[in-house]
Amino acid sequence: MPSNATSIESPPDGSGMPSGSASAVVNRTPWQILWLKLERNRVAMAAMWLLVLLYALAVFADFISPYSYDAQDAKRSFHPPHLLGRIHVVDEQGNWGRPFVYGSKLANVYDKEYSEDRSAKYPIRLLAEGSEYRLLWFIPMKTHLFGVDEPARLYLFGGDQFGRDILSRILYGGRISLSVGIVGIAISTSIGMLVGGIAGYFGGAVDFGLMRLVELILALPSLYLILVLRQSFGANMSSTQLYLIIILILSFIGWASIARVIRGMVLSIKEQEYVIAAQALGFSRMWIVLRHILPNTLSFVIVTATLSVPFYILGEVALSFLGVGVQEPEASWGNMLQAAQNLRYLTDYSWILTPGVFIFLAVMAWNVFGDGLRDAADPRTER
Amino acid sequence: MKTFLLRRFLAIVPLILAVTFITQVLLIASPGDYFSTLSESPSMTPERLEFLRAKYHLDTENVFIRYWYWLSGVLTGDFGYSFKYQTSVWSLIGDRILNTLLLAVGALLISWGLAIPLGILSAVKKDSIVDRLAGGLSFVGLSIPSVFFSLLMVLFAAKTGLFPVGGLHDQVYWDFMTPWQKFVDVIWHLFLPATVLGTIGMAQYMRQMRAEMIETLSQDYIRTAKAKGLSLRTVLFRHALGNAINPLITLFGFSFAYLLSGAFITEFVFAWPGMGRLTVDALIIKDEPLVMASIVMVTVMLVAGNLLADILLAAVDPRIRLE
Repeated sequence: MPSNATSIESPPDGSGMPSGSASAVVNRTPWQILWLKLERNRVAMAAMWLLVLLYALAVFADFISPYSYDAQDAKRSFHPPHLLGRIHVVDEQGNWGRPFVYGSKLANVYDKEYSEDRSAKYPIRLLAEGSEYRLLWFIPMKTHLFGVDEPARLYLFGGDQFGRDILSRILYGGRISLSVGIVGIAISTSIGMLVGGIAGYFGGAVDFGLMRLVELILALPSLYLILVLRQSFGANMSSTQLYLIIILILSFIGWASIARVIRGMVLSIKEQEYVIAAQALGFSRMWIVLRHILPNTLSFVIVTATLSVPFYILGEVALSFLGVGVQEPEASWGNMLQAAQNLRYLTDYSWILTPGVFIFLAVMAWNVFGDGLRDAADPRTER
Repeated sequence: MKTFLLRRFLAIVPLILAVTFITQVLLIASPGDYFSTLSESPSMTPERLEFLRAKYHLDTENVFIRYWYWLSGVLTGDFGYSFKYQTSVWSLIGDRILNTLLLAVGALLISWGLAIPLGILSAVKKDSIVDRLAGGLSFVGLSIPSVFFSLLMVLFAAKTGLFPVGGLHDQVYWDFMTPWQKFVDVIWHLFLPATVLGTIGMAQYMRQMRAEMIETLSQDYIRTAKAKGLSLRTVLFRHALGNAINPLITLFGFSFAYLLSGAFITEFVFAWPGMGRLTVDALIIKDEPLVMASIVMVTVMLVAGNLLADILLAAVDPRIRLE
């Protein structure tokens, strides 16, 4: 059990501390110690920066992506990725220049084979003009990070069956798939802490009832419960409603395990002297739970929350992949993979699997970062 | 042991009642029922619709009445008929359960078969290249989404032709196969989906096995055994393994729960005729008797998995007595 949030006299890590002179002793809060330990874990730091990058890509999706997530182009269905050898730096005369692409011709309509139309070059422009959007949801802008001039179209990661740019859809989809984890964990952690705190501190019938509910939720195979819950909301809903419902359902499943552990921690914390002091001062029970007991579980909660973000990301992916989550034309990493259920699409246009790489990266980064956080928060590791 | 088993079996009853009741509540809460989709068909008159709804007790919104109709049927051993397939739900679910169990067992064999040796190896050669590689591999296994992994495997199967891209067995020659050929054919079809699920599960067990083994190897009695001059093999397998493996057996119960949920997506992608696909389809068209029976079966399988883990643990660890 990590100690509570008071500063301690001498840092237990003892690293780089000049010994002897009393003035050199730095008081560090447990959070500072945690950060120092985390900073030394290079793998965890790399994971953290990868997460920062992924979330930044999602936040600035409309600026970074060359097209909107629903910008179709029926004549360029399953356009192959430009990144696979279709970006040139040397032109026909053998001169080196800025990267450019050729326009593409549909060589075989049935197999969707595209050949390069060498009659015109389209340089890849930085800060190109494109469709309108609102940066950070309020600044109207038309400039995109990069793009090519019409009539050519840039498909760095390839196009899907409607000729939409997969890169743009991945970036927009990241907004949904990545935020589900953060919002979901915020909701379920709050519920879990509250329920666990109340059950542990109040005890008696309240405790019994709440814990049976927790056991019931944990006893069910989660995906079955998620699907039954999802079906109870019906099918016809706006994308915002669906997004909220997915988060609510996942949080409803997720709070139970947190509540159970918090309850166990509260049972031991409530016997400590400062809690008895608070009781003697006449604070209400809710106040003691919220103000004095729950803050003490915080380091555990943060680690658990970090490690369970993947559950929410994967939950959204699963629901959307099964067709009951985020609906077209809205993009999410799960519903983008739906097209790959068609065996011909999967084998002939394998680049439609690219969103899977992003899911993998995000989940892996959260796992590695959470693991590092756990090691750093563990007072037994003194590295 | 007997009282333990009896108590555990009795504990299943309230759990199943609660689970099915919640499912019933949620089914009623969802808009429409199975016959709402049929009402658009021209051959369906309002009278006929009303008759069908009354026949299957869909004409009341009262949860308790609906639940009672279902429960009274179940108590007499009648789980009802599927609306869609018009046959008893057992004839539908029976095969599906076996298929899901087959997939789960295959996945367990692969994950345990890999996790235990790899875990021991990385514990013995702690901080070596092997340990680091295995650690990296376990993070990959822990993080790779089953959707993505399954699709990659289907792609692999389709591109190389080494494995079938889906299904339980060959569709064309199945009827002409000898029992042995049938067995081989099913294993061949099972291999990729079981590998996907097994690899994902493997990561967790391997990490656990490694941690337990490192802990055990630092114990005094291991040092004594080494000091006596026992070979490394004897120390590892006769003295350390038995103590290190106990927490893994507890994980077995969880892994079963995970497999039932995790198998869902894998079954979907590989067109494996298991419980997952059947339940999703039944849920989407609101085939209520089928949904209820599936939920009951999944819950029973889950509880059985946990029970099996407890019994195994008691069998392996003489300190544990089930009472």
